[in-house]
Amino acid sequence: MKYDVIVIGGGIVGTAVLDRLAKYNLNIMLLEGEDDVASFSTRANSGIVHAGYDCEPGTLKARFNVEGNALLWRDVEELDVPHLKCGSIVVAKVDGIDGINKLRDKAIANGVDVEVWDRAKTLEFEPNIADDIEYSLYAPSAGIVSPYQLAIGYADRAVTNGASITLEAKVEGVDKIDGGYILHTTKGDFECGIVVNCAGANGAKVNDMANAEHYDTTYRRGDYFVLDNTERKNINTVIFPLPTAAGKGILVAPTADGNVIYGPTAVDTNDSTDTSSSLDSLDELRRNVPLSIKNPAFNKCIRVYSGLRTIIGHDFIIGESSLCKDFYMAIGICSPGLTSAPAIAEHIESLVCERLGAKLKDEYVTVMPRHKRLNELDADTLNALIKEDNSWGRIVCRCEKVTEAEIVNAIHSPLPASTVDAVKRRTRAGMGRCQGGFCGPRVMEIISRELNIPLNQVRKGGGAEIARYKVKEVE
Amino acid sequence: MLKYDVVIIGGGPAGMAAGLSARKQGAKTLIIERDTRLGGILNQCIHQGFGLHYFGEEMTGPEYANRFRKMVESEDIDVMLESMVLSLDDNKKLTVLSPTAGLCEIQAGAVVLAMGCRERTAGAIALPGSRPAGVYTAGMAQKICNIDGYLVGKEVVILGSGDIGLIMARRMTTEGAKVKLVLELMPYSSGLKRNIVQCLDDYGIPIKYSHTITKIVGNPRMTGLYYAPVDEKRRPILEEEKYISCDTLLLSVGLIPENDLLNGTSVEMSRVTNGAVVDENRMTSVEGIFSCGNVLHVHDLVDNVSNEAEIAGKSAAEYALGKANRSSEKVSVTACDGVRYALPQSVCKGEGEVKIFFRVCNVYKNVKLVAQCGDRTIFSKKYMVLAPGEMGSITLDKSDIDGDLVLRLEK
Repeated sequence: MKYDVIVIGGGIVGTAVLDRLAKYNLNIMLLEGEDDVASFSTRANSGIVHAGYDCEPGTLKARFNVEGNALLWRDVEELDVPHLKCGSIVVAKVDGIDGINKLRDKAIANGVDVEVWDRAKTLEFEPNIADDIEYSLYAPSAGIVSPYQLAIGYADRAVTNGASITLEAKVEGVDKIDGGYILHTTKGDFECGIVVNCAGANGAKVNDMANAEHYDTTYRRGDYFVLDNTERKNINTVIFPLPTAAGKGILVAPTADGNVIYGPTAVDTNDSTDTSSSLDSLDELRRNVPLSIKNPAFNKCIRVYSGLRTIIGHDFIIGESSLCKDFYMAIGICSPGLTSAPAIAEHIESLVCERLGAKLKDEYVTVMPRHKRLNELDADTLNALIKEDNSWGRIVCRCEKVTEAEIVNAIHSPLPASTVDAVKRRTRAGMGRCQGGFCGPRVMEIISRELNIPLNQVRKGGGAEIARYKVKEVE
Repeated sequence: MLKYDVVIIGGGPAGMAAGLSARKQGAKTLIIERDTRLGGILNQCIHQGFGLHYFGEEMTGPEYANRFRKMVESEDIDVMLESMVLSLDDNKKLTVLSPTAGLCEIQAGAVVLAMGCRERTAGAIALPGSRPAGVYTAGMAQKICNIDGYLVGKEVVILGSGDIGLIMARRMTTEGAKVKLVLELMPYSSGLKRNIVQCLDDYGIPIKYSHTITKIVGNPRMTGLYYAPVDEKRRPILEEEKYISCDTLLLSVGLIPENDLLNGTSVEMSRVTNGAVVDENRMTSVEGIFSCGNVLHVHDLVDNVSNEAEIAGKSAAEYALGKANRSSEKVSVTACDGVRYALPQSVCKGEGEVKIFFRVCNVYKNVKLVAQCGDRTIFSKKYMVLAPGEMGSITLDKSDIDGDLVLRLEK
């Protein structure tokens, strides 16, 4: 079978591209090397919807950030992805006013609404800022979104509209053939007319496989603390320091799921797989977070994690390869990649659809069915659900109050969740303060039952089983 | 709305004992349990060592639980299984979610908190490195091993020397795993001495005190870890970092009373125990809300949990039935000079005996525990050794207590 288009990579960019292409009468496939979408950089993203004030005017980053911001706020409604348009502030001490004004000028050049606030105005909005903060730049169009749930939302809608996704299909070779490409993967060969390379950390590698433009890639690791949801009441908005050459700096932000994060650091590395947090980097957070807010609550930490930004030069690389016809690229998508993703996807959509003369489908699902989540249901609706299916009354994850029904629904969603991590990203089961200590084995049992596999084949994610061995058996 | 004299939240050892004791007073009693059966964590504790004090015989956790479960079943006590209390307020109104009853409200005359505790996680101690399969709390590995019949790994390192970690060191060893090393941040064990001997020493498993993990390695499966000794500020000395290969890390780094439900109440909490502040009847600062077992403070022995829960259950029933007849004049009980906490934190003046539980801050040899009211010493006892891992208790005559009570250590 030959696909019209194959998208390589199931991060936020690849899933968004697949979602946009699924509107057309095209035969499309996404290949993802891991066992779920949003499994690498996207899952570790800060989840900030950037306003677009700090990108250099005239860059692709500036264009797609600003366009993407508007598109994203629409997409999260259509896809029912957790989000909050809470705005953001960049905070500065008395000597930081020049930096704040510079950002304001960039914002104006990029067409982004911002306001410069003094301490009093800032305090009204965010009472928890550090005592020596004197100025802030407020951006009302910024906010937060669950990055992995957005990617999963795109994937689910694309699949609902007829697109295919093959997981654990790591691309190992790209051959140009007459009228298209053959992609050699760990799940066999796939043939297509057009390739869209959205391979994230492996983007430059895939380019090399296809003999497209070669790019030198560097990586920047960022560590985070995740705080208990009891801390959410102390943080109202996304709080940035003034940006530096290394990036937007260490932020303090609520998450769309009701936690608070501190991070990321910026540690340069050549290792495209290094998502290992370090003592030094965590200490850097312990030192720097108090510069933005007072009373940081490191003792309320429930998780530390680390993610990788992929950096190719100073800007995104988006468009058709000049060396390989019908090979499109959306690579080097570091910050503000999450916000830019829907706009990047629409740009790729216009290029690919023009090339193929693609026509819109007659029937297309734009607004996805609402996810039923226990904490969003009123008593009558919940009791009606329980009457029909009593697993709505059975809480599996006590910390995040996730029912068995929600877990079963995730396992049978358009892009099915087959691992404990995949269930976690879709339902939050295991994301609370006990970190799956209680619900982990229950989630394993449910996956084992629903997928009809033995418990020792249930995987955490990334291909690793949790309980590999059986205890000794007595004859 | 359903109405009960006494509602007990949690059907583990504390909840079952509290339920029985409340029922004995004639209270209409309900036990709400999250799991499919009563017994709580005891169901997965298949080792010996339970019941010696309470039943005068040594039994396994499931046997101990079963003994109580049968007593509960033979009494007129209502039990809601697979049910979770979503909210509780100062008026003792509960919202409960259950697969059979749906979302319902229950009005209690008195509430006994018996929710137990949870394990501190890798995230809570900000363990650096990768986040692979293979890193689990000891209790989760215990559940997978003893209830589900699977083993999480074959080459094991354990961080922390809490009792569950020590028990799992032995358990994994008997199942054919190699437990290579136990690391403990503190210069002493946080578990019982008998578990160090019976679970580590007897199996030749080494333990390194004043050591911690500096990096977890491996992805998607754990392949090893780096560890190092710590200085007096408990910071790792990286020059002495070492690597050890393993596919499993079990964490036994502390238990935290699971009191999140109290966010909707004004129950006063102790920052030391992470449980409620209670009087000797185990009543919290909110009239009619009682607390017992590991949700109140983490115990070493289930026998003590049962005893404590009986006090809470009886007091809750007396309160709900209007039979509570006690002096309202309370004195405070505090700890200092090496005593980490004393519980209960207050005692009603009156007649009879009162038992005060305590834990110390460090390992102390040849010390004297002293209980004082003002300048007057009303109790003192010499100990060869006192350690943080072993909860102690003293029994005082209430008639001696004429003012605020302080427990302290003297050389």
